[in-house]
Amino acid sequence: MSMTQDAPLLETAGLTRHFRIGGLFSQRKLHAVDDLDLAIRPREILAVVGESGSGKSTIARLLAKVYEPTAGQIRFRGRPVSSIRARRDLLAYRGAVPMVLQDPFASLNPVHTIGYVLERGLILHQPGLTAAEREAEAVRVLEAVGLSPARQVLAKYPHEMSGGQRQRIGFAQALSYKPSLVLADEPVSMLDVSIRIGVLNLMAQLCAEEGISFLYITHDIASARYVAHRILVMYAGRAVETGPTEAVLREPAHPYTRLLLSAVPDPRAPITLSAADTGEPPRVVDPGEGCRFRQRCPLAIARCAEVTPPLAELAAGHAAACHVTAPAG
Amino acid sequence: MSAVTSDRPRRSPAGLRALRSLGRAILGNRKAMVGAILLAICVVMAAIPGLIAPGDPNAEVFMPGQGPSAQNWLGTTSYGQDIFAQFVWGARQSLIIAVVAGLFSTLLSALIGVTAGYLGGMADGLLSMLTDVFLVIPAFPLVIVLAAYSKGGGNLMIIAVLVLTGWSYGARQLRAQVLSLRHREFLTAAKLRGERNWRIITHEILPNMVSLLVANFLGASVYAILTAAGLQFVGLGNVNTNSWGTMLYWAQNNEALQSGIPLWAVVPGLGIAGLGGAFALLNYAFDEISNPVLKPVRRRKARLTAQGKAP
Amino acid sequence: MSETILEVSDLVVEYTTSTEPARAVDHVSFSLARGEFLGIVGESGCGKSTMLFAIAQLLSPPAQLVSGSVIFKGRNMVELSGSALRALRWRDYSVVMQSAMNALNPVKTVAAQFEDAMRAHGQKDRAAIRARSREVMALVSIDAVHLRSFPHQLSGGMRQRVMIAMALLLSPDLIVMDEPTSALDVVAQRSLMVQIKELQRKLGFAIIFVTHDMSLVGHFSDRLAVMYAGKIVEMGPTRPLFAAPQHPYTRGLLDSFPSIHGPKVALSGIPGAPPDLTAMPSGCRFRPRCSAVMPRCAEIEPDLYPSGETRSRCLLFDRRAA
Repeated sequence: MSMTQDAPLLETAGLTRHFRIGGLFSQRKLHAVDDLDLAIRPREILAVVGESGSGKSTIARLLAKVYEPTAGQIRFRGRPVSSIRARRDLLAYRGAVPMVLQDPFASLNPVHTIGYVLERGLILHQPGLTAAEREAEAVRVLEAVGLSPARQVLAKYPHEMSGGQRQRIGFAQALSYKPSLVLADEPVSMLDVSIRIGVLNLMAQLCAEEGISFLYITHDIASARYVAHRILVMYAGRAVETGPTEAVLREPAHPYTRLLLSAVPDPRAPITLSAADTGEPPRVVDPGEGCRFRQRCPLAIARCAEVTPPLAELAAGHAAACHVTAPAG
Repeated sequence: MSAVTSDRPRRSPAGLRALRSLGRAILGNRKAMVGAILLAICVVMAAIPGLIAPGDPNAEVFMPGQGPSAQNWLGTTSYGQDIFAQFVWGARQSLIIAVVAGLFSTLLSALIGVTAGYLGGMADGLLSMLTDVFLVIPAFPLVIVLAAYSKGGGNLMIIAVLVLTGWSYGARQLRAQVLSLRHREFLTAAKLRGERNWRIITHEILPNMVSLLVANFLGASVYAILTAAGLQFVGLGNVNTNSWGTMLYWAQNNEALQSGIPLWAVVPGLGIAGLGGAFALLNYAFDEISNPVLKPVRRRKARLTAQGKAP
Repeated sequence: MSETILEVSDLVVEYTTSTEPARAVDHVSFSLARGEFLGIVGESGCGKSTMLFAIAQLLSPPAQLVSGSVIFKGRNMVELSGSALRALRWRDYSVVMQSAMNALNPVKTVAAQFEDAMRAHGQKDRAAIRARSREVMALVSIDAVHLRSFPHQLSGGMRQRVMIAMALLLSPDLIVMDEPTSALDVVAQRSLMVQIKELQRKLGFAIIFVTHDMSLVGHFSDRLAVMYAGKIVEMGPTRPLFAAPQHPYTRGLLDSFPSIHGPKVALSGIPGAPPDLTAMPSGCRFRPRCSAVMPRCAEIEPDLYPSGETRSRCLLFDRRAA
């Protein structure tokens, strides 16, 4: 488990994103992400775990500059990302922090060959190369993600490849930009179960061998445990627990983390038909102060409805936002 | 290492594949076959009229007002011209007007419709308003106004009018399709790759709209043929050129139907209907390519029944 | 053992294509006892959903039930006419689909849809309809006030429960479910499964539950059937199958679920991808991806052989071999 003490590669401070909903004159706001502080170090895989509506996909899109933040800051290698305006700088950022998308069946244009897609990426992000060098690089990244024979793959169309292969192509594209950090937005959720492990192994391998960091967004906490060095648990737009993977999973402090862990089916574990929580994550429209989990929380106290709990440190690097299990101050 | 599943040989580029599947779709569809044959006949007439009907079609050398005979297969006009020759030589103009007007109309539709759909927001609002304005303008009054200014202009004026009045319908259709494509993940992927907007439109969106663009072209051509014929029939456009529409004009001026030479009017009418119908029938083939659900189930059912497997 | 209510024999379903027909379900047989929970698991393309549709007589072109029989409570459903089938539907068996938003009418309230369903199957008395509607909502733990809601006003989990409530309206003996939890989040999935199991215990209906998520259904099913490329490759009681999977595919599949308990283990999944239905490998269909492959596997198509407490379609268990 590598946890370097270097300065973070990418960090956010108070990152917030709201969406206005309702009609033209509505004042209601959907709080997709609120007040998020996260940090990713070099050579690290950080998993952001949450259910739908938790804000995890919005985080990826904020970091990829698909959306602009409503408030807060994103800093990449110390420089604020919001100050990136010139096309050349934006291109450089997109090359350093590319994103792999969730749906392998929709993320590749059906009319273009794989070779075309890789070539375009190289033209944009490694402009100094000749055509022959580009082809060699395309072959190199395809082999690095385990697709062979690479030259044959270059000539193929997306519909000729399986879901797992297409997802590997997504990683190959990202790899060809010589990235520092890859944003992987649920890269395996749409793949067959037996194919997922291969892609997760690929991520771990690229991190260890090529030194690339990953932001791994998922709803599956078991797969997060499998690949990630650190975990960030999101609920209703806020971070509720964060820390080294083993610490969080072995001693979950936040009641939501505990709920998530108890709900994960494990074929090797004995059957436990526990009391069922029928609730689902709320749609966070104008939530106001207070802990957003309090309606479903078995430990809720009066304070939970009044004050939003801040992330309080429990042990080295392990923090949770709960008045009861991790009281601040 | 995850090996690629299929070892099939190199696949041809997307354009060639589309053409081949188009060919198959036409051959497999009776309606489209008829359309293709009609269009082929017309193209041949337009390409080599001199071989089919040698001589000057406007030469007034025959006995005027005759019915079909061995010398004049379709009879003669009131001026003593051979109707068959007139018909064959007229094909070229009619086809060219149809295709050129259809092409430019589609280009304009694509330019405005796709840009509106992709850019969204204010640009979309303005372009859509422009489209709606043109949609509402009626062709004929506009033409009469323009003809008054151009003093009976030729084919160029007709094409211009057809394009101006015909592009808006297609633009709305294309915009709608772009709106549905806009949130497809491969477009987000292209944007994340760093592609510029114009390149996304031309290289990522348009290639996915080929079937709709072709269908637009065919539809615009049908509109062009029929409207051009109407304009020429009324006398706008150059009545001294050879086209089916002007044939109708002269036939009507000389009261062909009443004077016992109905073929003078009927034949170009059938030509126009035939060419328009050809484009419309070909549209069926394109519908099937873009929407495989419409493919006929008949043949397969017959095969299964023969095998004793169908219910 | 209780009586058998469903007997599927030698079922074959094909999809007609422009070339060769693709065989999605290839000679599948199994039986289901009254009150039994049978899970059918497999990955995309294995034929599990097609088979479910075939059993529920919901296939439409280009899918065709080519041969085999589906004997439900003594009658062969394949041979039944439209009206006879309608008499069975919803009373004797009902269906729960994957996405409630696709199955529920968006412009009608829940109560109206329940009423439609009951009227369509013979229940005309308004008072009885209202009473039964309340009953089924209580069974799935939804407040009866939601009878007046439209589907989009309910959360995802509640919509799925409404689907299940609708399936229970006429107290059927069999409910077939096609991935009813896959659109839900982990916690909602868990609670829905618990609810389904409790209902089954209380009301005694049999369930055929199709899913790609083996670990989810493994906690609740009595028996499990694993499908691959149109065939059942392992079948048996759930606990032994999980504790000691015999077929190499089942093993590989169970090996694809990272655990949250215990030590962290490096997993490898299963290399390759499922075969093209129109171009199957000769002999055993799984052999291109199998870690225990032998030369014979290319020549002989294995049957289901007894393998401990389960049955597996693998030559490793062929006793007749020397």
